[in-house]
Formats: sequence, C-alpha cells, structure tokens
Amino acid sequence: MSYEFLVATAIGVLVAGGIFLALRARTFQVVLGLTLISYAVNLFLFASGRLVLNRPPIWDKSVSEYTDPLPQALVLTAIVITFGMTAFVVILSLRSFLETGSDHVDGDRVPCDAQDGLADGEGAEP
Amino acid sequence: MAIAATLLTLALLPFLAALAIALLHGAPRGVHSGIAGAASAAGLAQLASLAAPALGGDAPFARWEWVPSLGLDFTLMVDPLGWMFALLILGIGLLVVIFAHSYLDAGEDTGRFFASLMLFQGAMLGIVIAGNVLLLLVFWELTSLASFLLIGFWQHKAEARQGARMALAVTGGGGLALIGGMVLLGLIAGSFDLQAILAQGDMVRASPLYPLMLGLILIGCFTKSAQFPFHFWLPHAMAAPTPVSAYLHSATMVKAGVFLLARLWPVLAGTEIYTVTVTSVGLVTMIFGAAVALFRHDLKSILAYSTISQLGMLVMLLGFSLEAAALAAVLHILNHAAFKAALFMSAGIVEHETGTRDIRRLGGLAKAMPVTAMIATLAAASMAGLPPLGGFISKELMLYQTPKLALAGLPWLLPVLVTLGATFSVAYSLRFAAHLFAGKPREADPFARAHDPSPMIWAAPALLTALAVLLGLAPMWLAAPLVSAVTGAVTGSAPPQVELGLWHGVNLALILSVIAVAGGAVLLWRHAGLLALWERAALPDAKRMFESTLRSADARVRKALVATHTPSLQRMLLASFAVTILLVIEGALTGGGVLTGTRPALPANVPAIAAWVLLIAATGATVLQSRRRLRALIYVSVIGLVVSLAFAVLSAPDLALTQIAVEAVTVLLMLLALNLLPKKPPLISSRARKTRDAAIAIAGGVLVGGIAWAMLTRDPGPSIAAFHLANAKAGGGGTNVVNVILVDFRAYDTLGEIIVLGIAGLGIYALLDTADKGSAAARLRAWRVEMPYSPERHPMMLVAASRIILPLTLAVGIYLFLRGHNQPGGGFIAALVVAIAFLVQYLAAGFDWSDARKPFGEHNLIGWGVLTAMATGLGAMALGSPFLTSWFDYFSLPLIGKFELASAMLFDTGVFLTVLGAVMLALQELSHIAKRAARAAGEVET
Repeated sequence: MSYEFLVATAIGVLVAGGIFLALRARTFQVVLGLTLISYAVNLFLFASGRLVLNRPPIWDKSVSEYTDPLPQALVLTAIVITFGMTAFVVILSLRSFLETGSDHVDGDRVPCDAQDGLADGEGAEP
Repeated sequence: MAIAATLLTLALLPFLAALAIALLHGAPRGVHSGIAGAASAAGLAQLASLAAPALGGDAPFARWEWVPSLGLDFTLMVDPLGWMFALLILGIGLLVVIFAHSYLDAGEDTGRFFASLMLFQGAMLGIVIAGNVLLLLVFWELTSLASFLLIGFWQHKAEARQGARMALAVTGGGGLALIGGMVLLGLIAGSFDLQAILAQGDMVRASPLYPLMLGLILIGCFTKSAQFPFHFWLPHAMAAPTPVSAYLHSATMVKAGVFLLARLWPVLAGTEIYTVTVTSVGLVTMIFGAAVALFRHDLKSILAYSTISQLGMLVMLLGFSLEAAALAAVLHILNHAAFKAALFMSAGIVEHETGTRDIRRLGGLAKAMPVTAMIATLAAASMAGLPPLGGFISKELMLYQTPKLALAGLPWLLPVLVTLGATFSVAYSLRFAAHLFAGKPREADPFARAHDPSPMIWAAPALLTALAVLLGLAPMWLAAPLVSAVTGAVTGSAPPQVELGLWHGVNLALILSVIAVAGGAVLLWRHAGLLALWERAALPDAKRMFESTLRSADARVRKALVATHTPSLQRMLLASFAVTILLVIEGALTGGGVLTGTRPALPANVPAIAAWVLLIAATGATVLQSRRRLRALIYVSVIGLVVSLAFAVLSAPDLALTQIAVEAVTVLLMLLALNLLPKKPPLISSRARKTRDAAIAIAGGVLVGGIAWAMLTRDPGPSIAAFHLANAKAGGGGTNVVNVILVDFRAYDTLGEIIVLGIAGLGIYALLDTADKGSAAARLRAWRVEMPYSPERHPMMLVAASRIILPLTLAVGIYLFLRGHNQPGGGFIAALVVAIAFLVQYLAAGFDWSDARKPFGEHNLIGWGVLTAMATGLGAMALGSPFLTSWFDYFSLPLIGKFELASAMLFDTGVFLTVLGAVMLALQELSHIAKRAARAAGEVET
C-alpha cells in the first residue's frame, strides 16, 4: 500500500461519511457531516501539492528539494476559516433551535411564504 | 485652470454643504438654512462668473479621468442650456431655502431636511453640467434617491412613505431603462463624451439600434417628467413638505426629463418615430393633466396635475423637432419655473395659515391675506396664459407652431387638441385663483385664522411672481438673449434671432388663445355641474392599479420561488449533491483516459496504515453513532488527530500544529453547544431514505477519492513554488516558506481571511447576544439541567493545574509566534494556542471568575487585529511601496545578539489578535449564554 492510496481512500471515506451525515435532518448531525467534508477538502487541497516525506518547506542552505509550500499556506488559512465556519454553523443551529424549538434543519417545517408574515405591501403600513 | 476650479467648486458646493449640515445635525435651524443658503448663493456667484463664456458660445469645460476603461470621465461642461438650468436650480434653490427656513414648524428635523435638499441640489446640478453621459446617469440616479428621502421626509405619515416608494419605483425603474438607452447611445456614437455624441447625430439616427435606444431613453425621460402613463407618482409625491414640492416637483427635478430631451435633441430629434411618439405622449399628458387638475380639490394636487400638464406641453414642443418650437419650450421652462414655484409656495402659505389645503373649504381669502392673494393670482394668470404675463408669450409661441405639424395626416388635429388643453389650463388656473381668493368664505374656521404671513415667507414667491410678470412686460430685455443662446444649444446650430412680444397682430395663435380663454371661463362658470359629471364617471385610480400590479408581481415571484426552490434545506442539499455527482460522472465518462497515473508511489509503513485504519474506523463510527452525540464528537476528534498526524508525516509541520490546535478549540465549542441543544432522541429516517442517502454518499466518496487518486498518481504541472522557495529568505526574510507566503507573498489573501474570521466572530456575537429576547429567551429560561453534574463544579486539582498551565501555555504561544517566520509556528497557530490557554481557565474556574479577570475585550482584539494588519500594509504604501510590501533588517543588541526585525511580524501580530479575538468571542459568548441558561434553571429550582 502506498501513501497515495491511503490519502485518496481516506478522502473518499470522509466525503462519503460527510455527505451521508449532511443529509440527515438534525442540525448536529449536519454539523458533524460538514466537519468531515471539511477534513476531506483540506486534505484534498493539501494533496494537490503531492505527497512528499521529510522535506518540509523550511528553507535551509544545505537542502535543495522541498515540498510545494503554496498548498500548505492555502490549507493553513483554510483550517482556521473552517473553524470559523463550523463555529458559525453551530451557533446558527443553536439560535435556530432557540427560535423555533426544533433542531430540524428545516425549522418547524412551515413553507417559507407563510412564515415571514409578508402578506402585502399595504398590510405592512400601520 | 481657473475655469476647471470654478466648475469643480460649482459641482461640489452643494455636496459639501449637505455634508456640513449633516455633521452639524444638532445645531439650530438657522445654521442649517444658513449653510444651504450660503452654498446656493456661492453657486450662483460661480455661475455668474461663467455667464460670459457659457452664453458666448464657448462652453467652459473641464475633464478628470475617473474610470477610463469604461469611458467614464468626470467631465463638467456648462453650455447655455446647462447654464440656464443651473440658474433655475440654484436660484429657485436659494428662494426655497429662504422659504423653508420659515415654513418648517418648530421641532422639525431641519438638519435632515436641508442636508437632503442640498444633496438633491448637487445631484440635479450634476445632471445639467455633466459632460459625460455616464456621469449624467450617476447624478440622475442620485436625484431619484434624494427625491425619495425628501418625499418621505415626514416618515411617520403612511402617505409620505407610500408616495416616496412609488416615486422611487417609477423614476428608479425609468432610470434603469435610461441606463440601457445611454449605454446603447454611447456604443453607437463610439464615445460617452457628450460633445462627441452630439456631433454624431446623423450616424446615431441611421443606426439600426436607434429605435431601441430611443425607446429606452424616452422611458427614462417620461418617467422622470411624469408623462402619461407614468404620471401617477407625481401627485403622490405631494406628501412631501411644500418647499420640496415647489423645488423638486415643479421647478427642477421633474424637468430633468425635459432637459434630457433638449440635451439630446441633436442626436434624437427629427425622425418620424421621434416626432410622433414624443408629440403624442406630450399632447395626451397635457390634455389629461389639465382635465384632471380641473377636478381636484387639494391645492397641491391641483398644482401637481397642472405640472403634469405643463410638462406635457414642454415635451410636446420638443417633439415637434422644430427650432421655433424648441424656442417656445425654452421660454416656457423659464415661465413655468417662476410661476409654478410661486404657486406652490402660495399654496403652502395658505395651508400654513388656514390649516387646510382643501379648496372646497376655502374662499374669499383676498380680504384676509391680500399680499398672498396678489402673488398667487398673478402667478395663476401667467399659468393661464393671460396677457400681459410671461405665460401668454410662451403659449402664443406654442399655438403659432401647432399648424406646422400634421398629426395622423390631419393638419387641423393638433391645433384643435392643443387649444382644448389650453382651455382646460385656463379653467384650472382661474379656478385656483377664483375659488381661493374671490367670492365668499365657504367655511368660517379657516377664514377666521387666515392672515398674511411675515415678509420672510412671502418674499420668495413675490420675487418669483415679479419675474413671471417681467417675463411678459420686458421679455426682450429679460429673456431674449438667454433664450436665443439656449435654443442654439438645444438644436446644435447657431442661436436664432428671437422676437418676443405681447402683440404680434391678429393671427391664428391669437384667435386660438382667445378661444381658450373664453372656453376656460365657461368651464369655470359651469364647474359645479361638470364636477358632478366627473365624479359620477368613476375613473380608474392609478395608485390602486400601481399597488395591485406590484402585489400580483410579488405574489407571482413568491410562487415561482417556492416552485423552484423547495423550502426544505434538506431536499435542496440532496439536489445539490446529486447534481454535482451527476456532472462529475458525466465529465469522467466523456473525458476518457486512465485513472491511475505514472508517478512513482511512496510505499507506506505500518504506523501509517494503522493510522489510516483508525481514521476509517472513526469515520464509520461517527456515521453510525451520530445520534450518540458525545461519542460522535470523540470519534470526530480522533479523525482530526489522524489528519494532523498525516500533515506532520507528509512534510507539513505548520499544518499539523494548526490542525491540532483547531481540533481542541472545535471540540470545546461543540461540547458547549451540545449542552444547550435538545437531548431527546432524534428522529430515525426511514430505511428507504437511508438507502438513498447512502447511495449518494458512496457515489460522492468514490468519485472524490478517485479524483484524489488520479491526481496523486500524476506529476504536478509547472508550479510557482520555486519562486516562493527562492525568495522566502532573500526577499521575505524568513526561512519558514509557508509563513512567509502567509504574511508576505500572499498577505492580501491573509488579510481577507482574517477579516472573514473576524466577521464570523461578530456574526456569532450578534446571533447569541440577541438571544435574550422573544421566543429564544423563553426557551433559554425553560432550559433544564438534564445531565448529572459533578458534585464539585470546579475541582481543586483542575483549578490548580490550570493556573500553572496558563503562563506555560502563554509562553508556548509567544514562542510559536516569535519563531513563526523561520520555524513552524506563526500568528494563526500562536493565537489558537493562547486561546486554548484562556479557555482552560474558563473550564476550570468557571465563566464568572475568568471573565472578571480577563484583561481584554474580544471586539477590540478583532478590531485592533484587522487595523494592525491594514496599518502594516498602508505603512508600506506611505514609504512608496505597493500595499503590504514587507521590510526586514538585522540588528544586534548586547547580551541578546543578532536578531531580525520584519514588518511581516507586525502583520502577523494583526493576524494573531484577530484570530484570538474571533475564537475567544465565539466560545466566550457560547459559555456566557449557557451560564445564563443554567442560572435561570437554578433560580427556578431553588
């Protein structure tokens, strides 16, 4: 088995698990699914620099071969942004639960046009 | 150069005045009106200095490049047409400011009023002196917005809000059409420069795009100038304070459409389609508006419909495409501005003094307010076109032109219809004066209160009426040179000889005029009977039609949205995944080629395979146990650890550090959220649904895994990595290439990303900080502790350990930060580590204890972080380098030795602060709300 095989299959398994969980009805499961998909995406972006052992992109006079640093820089910020996104989604689902009393991703399952109370322009005027 | 400075001052003065007034919002009204009046007067002075060159045929102009790639230059040009309109805008503007100073009641928000008024003045002035059609469009839109603000000035009134919305919808919609038309015009003419366009008349008219372009531009002009069938917004705009009506909705803004027709005459006018369309629309509007005005009862409504009618007359005159008709239009623009503004102000005075604008309740006011009566009657007489006033001359000129154009092949049709319109005009003008000032008071109460206001108020309308009279008595002296020059500018040819006078002998125009006056007198005499007839006719209400059109459009859009956009997020997500998978499959099938490439593989060792097994198992467990939330979280963190291990092994130490720190923070966050989320057993999906989702999931996994495999087994294409590796030390001053990329090569990206992170943190704050209101608050209060808590809330061991750990962790954070430029570490990682150090305090010692000892505010951290990063970039600009260029050098100190200072370090400090602030804000808000809920629950229990 090669590292390439391990990484590619790990990405595939993470994506499959992530998609399945993202399609569940409960917000917490969807958050878990998004987390799995994020791992897969970050790994995939990182892998676009190809897999290299023991050649970190730390410049040294005596070293001539390095791995590609650019995907790493992109993935580093992506990991932090992933945290921001996860945190936001978690809080959003929490607030949605507090507002609707349900942790279903579709809220309390009322069609959107009956929900927002926008009957007509005139009705909005007192 | 002097000309350029004058033009720029002229264009910017109103905007500066608006800004100054807005900044001095709390000052007394005298300051507001003083600034507005001074700006208008100063503008008039600038304009006066431009009079000689502008009217002499040598239009002063100045150009500054703005967006050259779009052909958008900031070009200002004052030709006679622009000069005349600028004179009206500034002159009437000054009078309106004087009038409004006394007109507005005590307690009105004069700061907002005069700031909006000056904003409008600047926008309107911009339209008439713009020398680039795109620039003209910018100002055009700005007048719609300023008009919206001014119509809706009395925000508490429903009719003001509705009127403002309607005006914005109609004129704004027309503005969109105009943008299309102007862009087409510019493309046909090959330039957006006005002078260049005006020189291309023949080419534009011959273009196959001419009809489309003409139609779009005409829609813009007709909506702005309230031409039938777009007229209906103007009467509803009368919900604005009267000075606004006098200024925007009679003298200036509604004339923008007329102005544009005149401005573009050399390229648009003269074709069959132009003449027929513009003349007919103007004619219909003129007759329609005049007829309706005769039967309105609200003084301002009468004036609004009369404005519609008069605008129709101007549009019709321009539609004739004859020089003499253009001359009549130019003269009438002057006349109309003078008498109509005076009439609006008079109506405002009457309302102010009597408390009503209903003409049926008023009458005989000449006795109570003789000065106002004199002013308004003379102005109304000019509107009726009676000699010896200005209105008479322009009406004569118009009637004289009518037989020259055969409408529908009938030479007599136009004179007859125009005379009909003129008859109605005479009638409503006479009615305005007669029913208001002559006869007996119809109701005692308004009459008893009525008296002339102070001269401060009637000075402005008096001056305008005096002008209306002088335009009739001394037209050659007052108006002829201006009208001649402007007419030349409209038609784009030499200024014509102008003969203006009251008496031209007995001719057709005079006969038609006499008929109109006699007919108008008869209509007034028979007004009561006609009114009864009119009211029985029950004509359709344009406002109701507008509202119902809007409502049905709204309903249809909603239906279409629901039909295409199922309201279920779950189903939308399913569709997105399915479509994406199908697209990838389609691409894979049509692309061909082999899956596995030729790049030599890296053989994996046993620990790597073991970690892989762990990851697969943890993923499976997460999916299968996703309903046991705590366990699922533990499995997820196992996956995160394996991923960081993978980064560490595969030559990415920075990523490994970041991933492991983020992992800790994420798990803490989810734990806190889990505490508040419902713990009842979730719904179990049906087997069919699970099978379907599993199929999609497996297809997605296989495809992405396959793509990853195909990519990993091939050699990469040419990379820009070599540049980064070669320049990291030499150009960026650091050996950790990843960090140098983040803070130097791609620092702009990083800046964007920390801003996104900061916004996410603030979004979380907004979502949670408002959760103590409404149903969210009720649910928080009803929250119960459902899990057994440790009897010891803050175990001594943990507290003691956390206090020792804090300085150690902080030291690690600082170390990681300082070495980040050369070794794995940096602002992102250090911030996460420091955040963990603080979060451990929250966990161990509790929210209140830690929060009270926290030396910083998270909002400040985010703000200062972004500002620090930006300041680093701007500092580079101040030193003459591009934004975010970094600088570094080596120094040495005794004891410490040689060390490096780099501006990238400062940038990284900004990154550090923002990330720390965002992470802390998210977690701290979450624990805060949990704390509140727990406290509420505790209060209920005890």
